[in-house]
Parts: sequence; structure tokens; C-alpha cells
Amino acid sequence: MRRGSLLRLVVKRLAAALPALFAVIVVTFLLMRAMPGDPAVYFAGLSATREAIEQVRQKLGLDRSLPEQFVLYLRDLARGDLGQSITTGQTVAYEIATRLPASLELTLFALVLALAVALPLGILAATRPGSWVDHLSRVLTTAGVSLPTFFTGLLLIYVFYYLLGWAPAPLGRLDSVWSPPPRISGLFTLDSLLAGDAALLGACLKQLVLPAVTMALFVMAPIARMTRASMLGALGSDFIRTARASGLTRGTVLYRYAFRNAMLPVVTTLGMVFSFMLGANVLVEKVFAWPGVGSYALDALVASDYAPVQGFVLTMASLYVLLNLVIDVLYGLIDPRVRIEA
Amino acid sequence: MRIARLLVTLFVVGGLAGHAAAQGRSDTLIVVTESGPNSMDIHGVGTNRPAYQASWNIYDRLMTFGVKTLPDGSRMYDYQSLKPELAESWQMAADGTSVTFKLRKDARFHDGTPVSAKDVKWSFDRAVTVGGFPTFQMKAGSLEKPEQFEVVDDTTFRVKFLRKDRFTMPDLAVPVPVIIHSELAKKHATAQDPWALEWLKTNVAASGAYKLESWKPGMETIYVRNEDWKSGPLPKIRRVIVREVPSAGNRRAMLERGDADVSFDLPPKDFSEMAKAGKVAVVSHPVENAHAYVGMNVTKPPFNNAKARQAVAYAIPYETIYSTALFGRGTLVTGNLIAVNTFGYDAKASPYRTDLAKAKQLMAEAGYPSGFETTLSFDMGFATTNEPMAVLLQESLAQIGIKTTINKIPGSNWRNMLLKKEMPLYINAFGGWLNFPEYFFFWNYHSQNAVFNTMSYQNPAMDKLIDAARFETDPKKYAEEVRGFLKLALDDVPRVAVYQPNLDVAMQKTIKGYQYWFHRQLDYRQLAKD
Repeated sequence: MRRGSLLRLVVKRLAAALPALFAVIVVTFLLMRAMPGDPAVYFAGLSATREAIEQVRQKLGLDRSLPEQFVLYLRDLARGDLGQSITTGQTVAYEIATRLPASLELTLFALVLALAVALPLGILAATRPGSWVDHLSRVLTTAGVSLPTFFTGLLLIYVFYYLLGWAPAPLGRLDSVWSPPPRISGLFTLDSLLAGDAALLGACLKQLVLPAVTMALFVMAPIARMTRASMLGALGSDFIRTARASGLTRGTVLYRYAFRNAMLPVVTTLGMVFSFMLGANVLVEKVFAWPGVGSYALDALVASDYAPVQGFVLTMASLYVLLNLVIDVLYGLIDPRVRIEA
Repeated sequence: MRIARLLVTLFVVGGLAGHAAAQGRSDTLIVVTESGPNSMDIHGVGTNRPAYQASWNIYDRLMTFGVKTLPDGSRMYDYQSLKPELAESWQMAADGTSVTFKLRKDARFHDGTPVSAKDVKWSFDRAVTVGGFPTFQMKAGSLEKPEQFEVVDDTTFRVKFLRKDRFTMPDLAVPVPVIIHSELAKKHATAQDPWALEWLKTNVAASGAYKLESWKPGMETIYVRNEDWKSGPLPKIRRVIVREVPSAGNRRAMLERGDADVSFDLPPKDFSEMAKAGKVAVVSHPVENAHAYVGMNVTKPPFNNAKARQAVAYAIPYETIYSTALFGRGTLVTGNLIAVNTFGYDAKASPYRTDLAKAKQLMAEAGYPSGFETTLSFDMGFATTNEPMAVLLQESLAQIGIKTTINKIPGSNWRNMLLKKEMPLYINAFGGWLNFPEYFFFWNYHSQNAVFNTMSYQNPAMDKLIDAARFETDPKKYAEEVRGFLKLALDDVPRVAVYQPNLDVAMQKTIKGYQYWFHRQLDYRQLAKD
């Protein structure tokens, strides 16, 4: 019964997302073409004559009318072909398939790290408002969010790589002496674990630590603030007073009743933070030479390379749809009272 | 707490392993670069500059340039001497209408197939046919039609000249005319793609000194020496790892820590500081036939007026730009158009210097005693030097009554804007591969109005001098013609050269053999590591 309704929910939500995805496709397509750059001029090279530019325009198919280009684009999409990136010379599908796991791995790692610090900090701050823990949490989170990520990243590199020599050179996912693990999930840490290669896992983790800490510092703030606020709300509510009056232990009151009720807004925040981190950590990727999707899309945008940007936005939009669905399902698990209608 | 301990452990372990890897072996070279190649095919559409480096080291050309040592002990290619690469010798026809190349009999492609004249023909036919940059560059040396290329026998190849052009021979030694394994490439050609552009973008069919070991676009490219290379002395470096590190700060940190061997593309400030600190070697060469300049659109008021243009030339704060925007990493040229290492250079040629009184007087003579308003544009892609330069220029021009609004243009749109030729006042740079003054003037000042003639300058007297010099055989007359077009360009001053940029490279002191190339890419074949 429950499983049936869950399945119905998933199918209904996915169907409802289709028009939104189509709208995303149309808008991205039009926006890219409305931008001032001209890809034909850009890719024809510095020395291009007008004829050379027209030749390139023809090769790129940009001499056709907009509706014609759009129909061709849709036809390719229907075949699962996201097109080819001119800046990197690879197909967009290949690039996204290799770069999305890199971004996912970094984001997940940073998120776990941020949660590990921000949740306890938020709970402690809520149980002792006005205490030193509360102030510490405020200072930490304010500092984390107000320092731009590229600054924190460069600072960490300067201290831990340049001065102390503890961290490896900021060279992306894996030092070139290693070869990546056989691809299963695309996440290097998980794949090396699956391959049972501890040394390789260590090498991957080493590369991950600094960028993950940089990102975690930045996203700790909203998580800790949200945890604190919703914990304060929960702790002040009637059912907690009742629980306390009934003589339940402090731990039970705090974790089973207050925290579980305070989780909903935190999960919502997490969803937002996650989607934000995945696509918008361009600066972290640039600083650590991390081959993620964000820097890929930005480079393509700067070069007015249409296909990668369109592919990126479409992938991101699909991911958001999935993510929102997961969060809605989580809602139901955390709080059975929540009924989600598609 | 436990997490903190875990982190510390990871850092420590990281530090140890990181170091072991970085020490490297003496026959492995680690290069760090801002961005890497996007193609292995120099003839492809949208092939970027780092791809020239890949192509240069993987492919062979018929000829290459010799080397000369400069007074400061540094080495550079010698544009006056052509040396054999795939061709072991060549012979000019007695009537001067063709050249015949003898190919090396022992030259092999990476798969072992002998290199033959039909490969050369296929490759050259491809370069003049595919359009875009390669075709343009071939044309610059009067190499325009497949009919010019003739297979005499397996190892003999002839190029017929369309006209007597002194650029033809050197143009056969630039990065474009690479020799491709035609049989291999043709296997991957299709009806729509007869030149196998698609396949050669990501695959190699070459005979050069290095083989492509692995290529991860956006991350790293690894090359390994071709042990059977016969077109020159076997390179000393066995393996080259080129890592893409987008952040300039990190590239510098890696060099200073000894984790990288070579880096180009650092901001001038970094090169200047590293040269002073002396930890790593910084080698500089003035880029030939190149300058950064202030351009003016001569088709529209106020810059259709030569006096107004001269006023700008007297108002540019040359010295300040040179020291604060460029940190002295270049050569100050105060208006002079022929570069220090190009034929016809004359330190006293330019009358211009910073003289605001004179500039004001010229403004009055031009009919703008109270000045005018305009916009000053620059390419954001080179904001490190362009932005301070624009601000200094704005400040100085304000003093002679020219009020400017700064217009920052994103790199992707810059070429588009240049092509439209509508910007009234802008900062730009130019560099030519072939180091001849008339080559520079032909692209920048000729009425053919190429994209590099950003000022839309058109003057029949100028064209006559450039065309005459281009095909001049009498050295005396040639020198006169060069002086002639230089003077004309300085008097009319549609653009004002401000400085000649340097090609700076930072490397470990153990790296030997570096030499400057006009294409400004690293040639792994000459390097050695102590």
C-alpha cells in the first residue's frame, strides 16, 4: 500500500517535471543565442577573414534559422546526443559523464563534512542560547560564509601546501602518478573502495580534503543557522514541555522528539545547499584544478560554446527534479504526517 | 575531535606521498599550464593555442628553424636559417619557380609506416583546403592551391611557387604544415569528412619526436619520447607531463616548491617577483613583431582627424604604464612600430613621448580645444595588464579634455567587436609569426582591411610601399620602403604602440636548453634536466 503510493508519487512527479524541463531547454537555447558573443568568430580564430568565419558558421550549423536549429537540437536530444563541445573537442555527454561524478564527489564530501560540524554546533547553540558555544557558532558561520571560497581555498593551499607541505599540490582529483580506479560509480573514493585499493583511496582522499574543507566552510553557515533556529522553535514547543514534564531523559527529549521535528527545514536547506554547491562551486574547482561541471560550463559560456552550456543546464535541471523528489520522499519518512500530493 | 585527528593524519600522509611523487625523475618533465589543448589537429576548427604545442611536439614538418645564442646567453630560433626536419635536403629550381624536397629515407610514422611524398602532398592539400586558420596561414606564404604540390617519387616532393614570395620557405616551417600519416587518416575519413577532421581531433597520425601517451582534456596531457625518431637528435626528456592548473597563484606555488618544472602564463607581477627572488630561473624574450597598442577608428570623428590622434599619442603615460601595469616585463616602445628584434628597428623613429602641453596644443589645432567624450574599450581576457593600462590612460586623457568611459568587453566577444570595427578607442595587441616588417604592415595597415587593421586605416600611398617591399629583391630599396611605410604610419598614427611584450617563462634551474620560438610554445625536444 505504502509502496504503491510512493511509486505513484514518483511517477506523477516525474511526469509533472517534463513541461518544466522542456521550458528549461527552450529558455537555455534562446538565452545562449541572445548572448553577445559570436561562436563562429570566436572559433574561426584570431586571423579569420570574413569568408573563413562564414565557413565556420556553416560547419557549426549556425547559418540556419533559429527554429531550424532548435528542431535539429531537439532531434539530437531525442537520440540522446547532447552535441559536441568546441572548446574541449569532446562530446558533451562524455564530458558531463566524467565531470559530474567529480563535482558530485566533492559536493557530497563537503556536505558530509559541513553536516558533521554544523549539526552538532547548531544543536549545542540552540540548547545553550547566549552561551560561548552559541557565540562560537555565530563567529564560525559568519566567517565561513563571508570569506569568498576562492580566498579560503587559496589560503588553505598557501598554508597546508606551500608553507607546511602537508597537502598535495592542488592538481584535481588524483596525482598523475596514480591511475584512476576502474569506473563503476565515477566517484574515485567509492570506486577505489570497491576495488579494495586502500592506497589509491588514500591518494583520492588527500586530493579531496582541501577543496572539501573549503566548500564545507562556506555552506556550514546556512545549515548551522537553520538547525539552531528550528531546534529553538522545537524546544520551545508544547510537546517538548510535555515530554520534559513526563520525566523523559534529556537525550530522548533532545534527539527523539526535538531534533526529529526540527529536521524538516534543515532537510529543505540541505537540498538547496546541495544543488547550489553542485553547479556553483566554479571558484573552488578553478582554484584546485578540480575537473568539475561548474568550471566546464563557465569556460564554455565564456567561449559562447552553445552545446556544453545547454547540456549542463539540462543535466542540472534534471538533477534538481530528482533531488526535490528525494527530499519530498525524505519528508514523508521523517514526518509521517506530511502527505505529499503531486 | 576524532575528525580533526583524521584530517591531520590525512594531511601528513598526503604530504609524504605528495613529495615522493614530486621529486620526479631526471628524464620526466612536469609542465604546468593555464589550459591545455582542445584538439590534436592543428588544421581543425577552433583549435586553441595550447594545441599548437601538442602538434609541434607530436608532428614533424619538412623543415625547422636553426638556433642562435643571444648576447645574454639565452637561445632563440633563427628565422634566417632553415634546417632539415623530415626533409633531409632541398633544392631551389634554377628559374626560381619551385623547390624540390628530398625526404629522409629512414623516417617512420609512429606505427612504423615509412613517411612518403604522398603523405606530404595529402597534408598540404588538406591545409590549403579545409579553410579557416590553416588555409589562411598557408596563404600568407603564397601556398594556396593543391596543384602547387607535386609528388615526384616516393621520397621526392615539389612545391611550385605561385609568385616569388620571401615568406614561402619560412611558412613551410611554421606549426601549420605538419605531415600527417595519410593512409591511416584516410581510413577514418567519411564522405562528409574527407579530411578526417573528426578523427584527427582526438587521434594522432604523426611521425614526430613525441608520442601521445594519454590525454585527458581539462586535466593533463602526457607525452612519451618516440625512440625511433630520426628527424633530429633524440630528445633528452623521456616523458612530459603537462598538467592544467587554472590558478596562476598555484602554478607559481608549485614551481617554487619544486613540484613543477616549467610554467608560462603568469601575471607580470609574479614573473617580476620570482626573477628577484632567484629561487627559480625566469627567462625573457621580447616577442618578435609584436606590440600592445592604443588603436583609434579613423573612419569616424573625432579620430578621423590626424591631429586628434597625435594628441592622444602625446598624452599616453608610457613610462607609468610600463612600470605599473607591466612591471617592466617587456620593452617600452613609445610609439615605435617596428619591434626591437625586427628588421628596420630604429630607436629614434618615433617622435612621441608623454607631453601634455603639446597634446593640448594639438587638440586645439584639431578643433577640439575643450575636448570630447568617447569610450575606451579593452579585452577582459587580458584584464591583468589591460585594466590598469586603461585606467592610467583614462586619467591622462582627461587632462587634455578627452573624457572616456571604460568599456570592458568579455573575451568571447572581443574578436567580434574587432571585426565590426566600431570601437572608437581601444587597447589591443598584435603578434606576427613571420618576423618581417612588411608582414606586420601588410596585416595591420594595408587597405585590404584585414581584421588586424583594427583602425580601418586605408591609404594608397601606404599600400604601394608595403606591396613594393613585399616582393622587393634589392636590399637597399627594401630598406628604403620599410623606412617609408614606418614614417607614414607614425605621422598618420592610427595606432600608438606602447610596449613590446615579453615572452616570460619560469623554470627550475635544473632545466637546460630552453629556446624562444615565434609560436610561443614549449619545444620539449630541446630541453634537458640535470
